[in-house]
Amino acid sequence: MEFAFTEEQAMIAETARGFFAENATSARTRQAMAAGGIDRALWRSFCTELGLAGIGVPEELGGVGLGMVEFALIAEAAGAQVAALPLLGNARAAHALVAGGTDAQKARWLPALVSGEAIATSAWSGDAVVANGKLSGTFRFAAHGGSADLLVLTAGEQCLLVEASAPGVTITPHVTMDQTRPLATITLDNAAAEPVADHGEANHALQVTGWICLAAEALGGAQATLDRTVAYSKERVQFGRQIGSFQAYKHRLADMMIEIEQARSAVYWAACAVDEGSDEAQIALHSAKAFCADTFHMCAGNMIQLHGGIGFTWEHDAHLFFKRARSISSMLGDSQWHREQIAALVLDAAA
Amino acid sequence: MKLGFSAEDEAFRAECAQWLQAQMAGPFADIRGIPNLCDEIPRRKEWEQQLAADRWSCIGWPKAWGGRDATLAQQVIFAEEYARAGAPNRINHIGVELAGPTILAFGSDEQKARYLPGIAAGTQIWCQGYSEPGAGSDLANVKTRAVLDNGDWVVNGQKVWTSLAHYSDMIFVVARTEEGSKGPRGLSFLLMDMDQPGIDVRPIRQMNGEAEFNETFLTDARCPADAMLGAAGEGWKVAMALLAFERGVSTLGQQMQFRNELDAVIAAARANGKAADPVLRQRIAAAEIGLRLMRYGALRMLSGTDLAAIDGAALTYKIQWATWCRDLGELAMDVLGQEGELARGEEYRWPTLPNLYLFSRSDTIYGGTNQIQRNQIAERGLGLPREPRGQA
Repeated sequence: MEFAFTEEQAMIAETARGFFAENATSARTRQAMAAGGIDRALWRSFCTELGLAGIGVPEELGGVGLGMVEFALIAEAAGAQVAALPLLGNARAAHALVAGGTDAQKARWLPALVSGEAIATSAWSGDAVVANGKLSGTFRFAAHGGSADLLVLTAGEQCLLVEASAPGVTITPHVTMDQTRPLATITLDNAAAEPVADHGEANHALQVTGWICLAAEALGGAQATLDRTVAYSKERVQFGRQIGSFQAYKHRLADMMIEIEQARSAVYWAACAVDEGSDEAQIALHSAKAFCADTFHMCAGNMIQLHGGIGFTWEHDAHLFFKRARSISSMLGDSQWHREQIAALVLDAAA
Repeated sequence: MKLGFSAEDEAFRAECAQWLQAQMAGPFADIRGIPNLCDEIPRRKEWEQQLAADRWSCIGWPKAWGGRDATLAQQVIFAEEYARAGAPNRINHIGVELAGPTILAFGSDEQKARYLPGIAAGTQIWCQGYSEPGAGSDLANVKTRAVLDNGDWVVNGQKVWTSLAHYSDMIFVVARTEEGSKGPRGLSFLLMDMDQPGIDVRPIRQMNGEAEFNETFLTDARCPADAMLGAAGEGWKVAMALLAFERGVSTLGQQMQFRNELDAVIAAARANGKAADPVLRQRIAAAEIGLRLMRYGALRMLSGTDLAAIDGAALTYKIQWATWCRDLGELAMDVLGQEGELARGEEYRWPTLPNLYLFSRSDTIYGGTNQIQRNQIAERGLGLPREPRGQA
């Protein structure tokens, strides 16, 4: 038992932080916001130069191995810059394929996902129809769906792969509040769909990877809102004092730090519990998603308030964090839903 | 990063669980799970001595001083099994978790030999003489004075909120030894015998009806010149190091008590049907999340770091647990409803959950109020400007 990062993990975190801080700049993110929400050059160098898109994919399948803790470090660093990347979709797809794909599916898609040549999205539908290898139905809220090449779709209990270019596939991108991760509606009319080998494993991997990714992004985002607001509070002077010297102001910053420290414990507890196959993994994942989403939303709201008027402008980055926080809150189960899952585990289990 | 326990650790778990359960089923069954710190004091002193006799009292201490050199994992396991067995709150928590480690860190060999055996044996109960009527949040504003007289320190002043002083054998006192000094400078850290005519203890009845806290009056109270930890005038450093131990391994035992309290809330909700209320379900889930995150925050804080180092997890821990407890107390009363308003008998005394509700109002005050915690987090954790001091 040692709840601290190994040297290798600390190095991955430092590399990722440095990479995103240098490259995922506000200017580049804003360009990407006007172009489907993906900074393609950034994604290419993330995949090829850093080679970090293959975390969680075994080396023999072209990945770099490692586990959820290392993936969370990457997602945290990306979240800290609100980087406009298909990290969520590609990581979920890659983990689902590793967990439940056929050998042919792994060979077809994993190298392309790891190298960044293919972009993936995932979505869910309760009433889609699968018949004779064809899938029909509507799948809403597909993150970066408008840019996707591979659709990993959950239809009820089944998990199926659909190529975005296949006949019968219509993808409608939406103007989305968080422009760094725009959502799309996927409509399928008898589109060719390939079932994975193990539906349960693939769907489970989609969920777990999604929750860890969002929780870790939220952690990174929340820490960034705190860091940036602290810096501002030391520069801005009113009434002849740094505004960070006012107790009403600094107590709000302290409240942000209190939540963020817990969010950090939540992300790495959940990631580590998944990696170790701990029986706490389920409660840890629900805790992490709910707690980190709430923390980020609270912190991003405070960032706007504590910056005053400038924090409400388009020019300032505060709204990028605020909108990302909102989208994370709603995505893959809101906090009420995750807490209800925990309530069911602790209140409804047989005594 | 690793959360699982090794096979060796699991063997340790089996060993301590077996011992604890045998004690709580057998010779100490009468004090199993008693909620109140002031109940059954003589029996609890016997329990301290039983723990010591089988070397379970201070397992994190070095073997040479009666401990087991237990690893962090073993201390986590012991805290878990201690609570699972329903063993009562440690009456000598302050001796074992605070005074002991501080003496180990700052004491001379002679001082260690003088004070540690009594703590390890469970025969000397300790209390903490920090706060004063004029030194609460502003702890460095200590007015209690100590002057040397014939090879003794002679101490005059008043301490307050001294937990369990009325049952304690020893007290550590922060006193001003440099005449005219102000703030943290000129303070010293003295180890004093409670059994002397110069020390007068008066219990303070609290809002829950109990009297765990006391006023402690020192009137020409004495201790030997060498009953001082650290050098004269450097007591603040020792006092602050002790507070770091308070945030250390001792939090693990405290958390297991929280676990038992949350389990009591969950049991009450299941028994009276409130477990079906969607709003209470959300709050119970939030309490569950908060408790788990406290555990992992503590493990982060303790894993591979210097205990005295103030990092983010350590700095935010006090306000986190205190606020969690207060919220749990409120949740408990909302679950219990009017049932929670009824005392357990003829006296104004309370079962676990209503007592938690009342007592937890102190959690966000003692050991640094939530407001002081936020100041410290902002100033030490975030580097914001310090609060200006008044002219007084």
